[in-house]
Amino acid sequence: MIALSDYLMLSAILFSLSIAGIFINRKNIIILLMCIELMLLAVNINFIAFSHFLGDIAGQIFVFFILTVAAAEAAIGLAILVVLFRNRRTIDVEEINTLNG
Amino acid sequence: MTYELFLFYVFSAALLYASTMVITQRNSVHSALFLVLAFCCAAGIWLLAEAEFLAIVLILVYVGAVMVLFLFVVMMLDVDRASNRAGYMKYASVGVLIAVVLAVEIMLVVGPGNFGLEKYPALVPQAADYSNTKELGRVLYTVYMYPFELAAVILLVAIIAAIGLTLRKRPQTRYQDPSKQVQVKASDRVRIVKMATEKKMELK
Repeated sequence: MIALSDYLMLSAILFSLSIAGIFINRKNIIILLMCIELMLLAVNINFIAFSHFLGDIAGQIFVFFILTVAAAEAAIGLAILVVLFRNRRTIDVEEINTLNG
Repeated sequence: MTYELFLFYVFSAALLYASTMVITQRNSVHSALFLVLAFCCAAGIWLLAEAEFLAIVLILVYVGAVMVLFLFVVMMLDVDRASNRAGYMKYASVGVLIAVVLAVEIMLVVGPGNFGLEKYPALVPQAADYSNTKELGRVLYTVYMYPFELAAVILLVAIIAAIGLTLRKRPQTRYQDPSKQVQVKASDRVRIVKMATEKKMELK
């Protein structure tokens, strides 16, 4: 049988992989957005595993809302990216320093 | 090893392989396609966890809509691939180090000792006529009605924001204005000029 710890360890590895991806791909904002999607996927796997093993459907409802917010985030993030590329001709994270933050 | 466990390991291995490829691919298009594979494997894992509706939603919404959006943007932006890789190894070592430490720490907590089958025994699988969609809808439209409406508003805000950000008027492009086209009258277009008849020239 599949144990709860199997799901949790899978999502832990997935989350760490996406963190490594954020460190590695410092040059490309699109892959950074993809890494954030992977992180959300890892969190969703956790929610669904707990919902399955505790017999409570509220976890699945929460995943539903996370999917909604993630879709909105991806749409707005990509729109900002397109505008940024139109103005600066680059998607390098290190060159996006106009705000001097 | 039961068949379910075998499926779980197959899907997990494919999911981890696909996500490794997502973060290491040189080409953004390949990354996006591997992300599609990762989402499909995650949908398989969700099916094993009896979340059938969300598994289908993941494929329809994520693979069908969000990833297509990603692919559109990746192909629209003309990114210089060679300069993309300068300094690639500068952060790789520290990133991998942090990832390994994080994974080990999380797995020490969520390992089989704390969340194994002894602590959380597997529930009896649902009956064949159990509908995950029906159950989800029953809870979503009663208990979680207000958050559901808020989610709809968030999607509306996202639509307006995305369109508002990317819409622009190019000054050199000539647009048609249908309102002006309909309102135009014949007197605006044709001017009738009265002039005296010219005399016939005599040829010599």
